[in-house]
Amino acid sequence: MMGEKQDPKTAEPETTGHVWDGIREYNNPMPRWWLWTLYATIVWGIGYMILYPAWPLVSQATPGLLGYSSRGELAHTLEEFNERNAPLDAALVTAELADVHADANLMEYALRGGAAVYQAHCSQCHGSGGNGAVGYPNLLDDDWLWGGSLEDIRYTVVHGIRNDADEGARFSQMPAYGEFMEDEQIDGVVHYVLSLSGQDHDPYALSLGAIVYAENCVSCHGEDGRGNQAEGAPNLTDPIWLYGGSEDAIRESVAYSRHGVMPNWNTRLTEAQIRQVAIYVHQLGGGE
Amino acid sequence: MSFLRRHRILERHATLLLITSFLVVSIGGLVEIVPLFYLENTIEKVKGVRPYSPLELTGRDIYIREGCYVCHSQMIRPLRDEIERYGHYSLAAESMYDHPFQWGSKRTGPDLARVGGRYSDEWHVLHFTDPQSVVPESIMPKYSFLLDNRIDARYIEDRLKAERRVGVPYTEEMVANASADFTAQADPDADWEGLLERYPGAQTRNFDGQARLTEMDALIAYMQMLGTLVDFSTFNPDTNR
Repeated sequence: MMGEKQDPKTAEPETTGHVWDGIREYNNPMPRWWLWTLYATIVWGIGYMILYPAWPLVSQATPGLLGYSSRGELAHTLEEFNERNAPLDAALVTAELADVHADANLMEYALRGGAAVYQAHCSQCHGSGGNGAVGYPNLLDDDWLWGGSLEDIRYTVVHGIRNDADEGARFSQMPAYGEFMEDEQIDGVVHYVLSLSGQDHDPYALSLGAIVYAENCVSCHGEDGRGNQAEGAPNLTDPIWLYGGSEDAIRESVAYSRHGVMPNWNTRLTEAQIRQVAIYVHQLGGGE
Repeated sequence: MSFLRRHRILERHATLLLITSFLVVSIGGLVEIVPLFYLENTIEKVKGVRPYSPLELTGRDIYIREGCYVCHSQMIRPLRDEIERYGHYSLAAESMYDHPFQWGSKRTGPDLARVGGRYSDEWHVLHFTDPQSVVPESIMPKYSFLLDNRIDARYIEDRLKAERRVGVPYTEEMVANASADFTAQADPDADWEGLLERYPGAQTRNFDGQARLTEMDALIAYMQMLGTLVDFSTFNPDTNR
């Protein structure tokens, strides 16, 4: 059977010794390296079962000697990072927002963290670069609906705008004038608003428009049309328009009104993260 | 290596080989099958998870019909980067009424397990109509037709019954009121009391801004409730999991 090693090219291979009707069976065992690898994996498997969670039992799996769990590992990593950031977070939360830029290290932390928070939570509406979209304010310019100071931005991020979830949310509600105004009045005020921002307008509509504006719009948008940040009323004299500055877009805004919504982030972000992103947005270009 | 040669004993006795093969296969089978009877144990005991409201369920069907799952998963894994981006990791309890579940890790688009409340309804309407209008770098296709596809409650009772047959605990009352709840949820003038009693935490408003009830209403109702149900104050992480 397994005798001396023979030259496989010349020698007749050994057989298992069985003979059936003159048919013999060659004995070609698995190569040794293969067999040993197989046995090694079995040993490794047993070790793994002992060390790590493996066998499902009635209430839970066997926990394993190492006590490993993916959720436990996660808690550990989170703790590690929180611990590492704790001094910076604490400094950021207690600092006056306006003073953060004086501390280069803290500012660097705020900007990097703020950029990450912004990309994950804000970019979908305000754009990856902060340039906004129709209905979602551009954060790069110096035109602010609700104020562009660090504190104003922080408040907006914390409470959001016109959402139902947070009682502190910034709120204002321009009426849909189409519901109770004559078309002529709307036409007049649209052209009056066009004239405020120096666009082409119908001069014959202005006199009526001025009256309508004075009676309905002044309280929020101001006599000069420069808006009011306390009411979130936009400046109508500049060329920056949230929903478009064409005659049609303005008519739609007047007739149907627009109520942009921003979620409150105080339930999703930590105070440190909120401050990071406020500082980040503030320095994008237009911070006051 | 004499122990290696013991194998011969098995190979030369057909009955012995049969019996031992059977033993090996039985153990393998038991290990795979028995835990299935104890699946309940893997579901955390948390408060808040309820079956989908009829409108949410319809939205979920649209989600599946349109193949949203091809790019979007609904499973936040217990990894730091995912938690920083998407929120608390998903619990088994959160998908216990999902047939089929929407787990996965292939994220051509972002994970949606906690997308609820993250964006306004208006954003969703804009984004479904023309994703690039709000996210210029997005590769998501347009789904503007959802705004035109009207839906009605014709089959919603049967739909709930079908869910119940696979184990979702819809009560008789839920099934009986399915049709009313279906239309009430997106109707700003409806009386929501019963609906909110049956489906606590359901969001009620006109989702798509149109008077008629469309697939857009249903899909946004579904989006806005994703990941919002669990009351995490009742969640006690088991360190052994």
